[in-house]
Amino acid sequence: MSLWQETLAWFVASDTWSGPGSVPQRLLEHLAITAGVLGLAAAIALPIGIFIGHRRTGGGIVVVLAGAARAIPTLGLLTILGLALGIGLGAPIIALVILAIPPILAGAYSGIAATDVVTVDAARAVGLSESQIVRSVELPLALPVILGGVRSATLQVVATATLAAYTADAGLGRYIFTGLKSRDYGELIGGSLIVIVLAVCLDSIFGLIARRTTRSSLPKKSHTKRNQ
Amino acid sequence: MKWLSQNVETVLSLTIAHLGLALPAIVLSLLIAVPIGRLAHGLRWLRNPTIAFVGVLYAIPSLPLFILIPSIFGTGLRSSATAIIVLTVYGVAILVRSAADAFAAVADSTLTSATAVGYSRWRIFWAVELPLAVPVLIAGLRVVAVSTVSLVTVASLVGISSLGTLFTDGFQRGIIAEVVAGLVVTVAIAVALDLLLAGLGRVLTPWTRHRREAAV
Repeated sequence: MSLWQETLAWFVASDTWSGPGSVPQRLLEHLAITAGVLGLAAAIALPIGIFIGHRRTGGGIVVVLAGAARAIPTLGLLTILGLALGIGLGAPIIALVILAIPPILAGAYSGIAATDVVTVDAARAVGLSESQIVRSVELPLALPVILGGVRSATLQVVATATLAAYTADAGLGRYIFTGLKSRDYGELIGGSLIVIVLAVCLDSIFGLIARRTTRSSLPKKSHTKRNQ
Repeated sequence: MKWLSQNVETVLSLTIAHLGLALPAIVLSLLIAVPIGRLAHGLRWLRNPTIAFVGVLYAIPSLPLFILIPSIFGTGLRSSATAIIVLTVYGVAILVRSAADAFAAVADSTLTSATAVGYSRWRIFWAVELPLAVPVLIAGLRVVAVSTVSLVTVASLVGISSLGTLFTDGFQRGIIAEVVAGLVVTVAIAVALDLLLAGLGRVLTPWTRHRREAAV
């Protein structure tokens, strides 16, 4: 049987879709891991990125840190954490959070730092406090760039969350590791195709959101006309 | 440290194997991505579909590619050719976008001037566009180099030797020192390559230094 026939056979098998370890369950686990990791990473990276971006100094550190973090192999980090924390979800979640922080941090920092200084000074001149400037001037203007950072973090985490199955019995990566071990390549390819489709879906959702936020952050021409 | 002193030879040979996979992949990515990026920049209708497509490439989990590539290209399941192709796919995915941006950053007026003094299209590409695209290209290539060096380690899961072998072996035998050694050497190689490329970029674009000095 060719690889594609094996994959098709895996997709139509009834075990694939119902019972323990079936696709719906693994998909939910995978989504839960991805969402949890992104939530944690955003909770850490967004405030720091916004703070440094608002001060407009210390950006060099962010760039260096983001670059250095990219050099850390996630598999190595996962292995060390797995040995330290034991089998379970703790190790992959920490490793994935470390993977997701740099793009979110870089997006938040560069988005905020790139807002026009003149606009920010104008807001200051009309009496807005610093926290008001961040909330109602810098954040809305920086939103497309910040979302861009979250978007690339999401793509990386969805694809890399498959490695969670190396130390834990969770996520779509289970099919990949089981398939690899038992040489059931139909299962392996089938599982990966689901991950790819999931990634493409999430990316399209971000694409739609991005289009909306970019439009709303630009001045509306029809609006000004009506006001005249 | 004790583990490392007893296994220096293993680490060294794995480092060489690691570089043997990463370096060809980085060079291939550059050779493939620059023409695609130039085409995507030149033909406007091609730009967005191309960039969307390479974005999807990046979303593919790396592990399954190590099984898929042999079935497409007929390379051996555990051969270095497979690993190099997989790494090149990701390298191209990152670099095509940078390449398109790099060519877009070359000012139109510069190209028009080159045409005006009689440069052929071919010569404009080699003597004007490509050199001026170097800063952005190098920035993209540095990202590719660093992420490729770190991605090579995944190859160890399908049994292709690299520094990642220290991760899988260390995990199975419960030797933390072995995993740490693999991690440290991988990051060190990535940082070294990154600095090397940054230096190369500076050598290739002497005019940027000149401008900075003139500004001071």
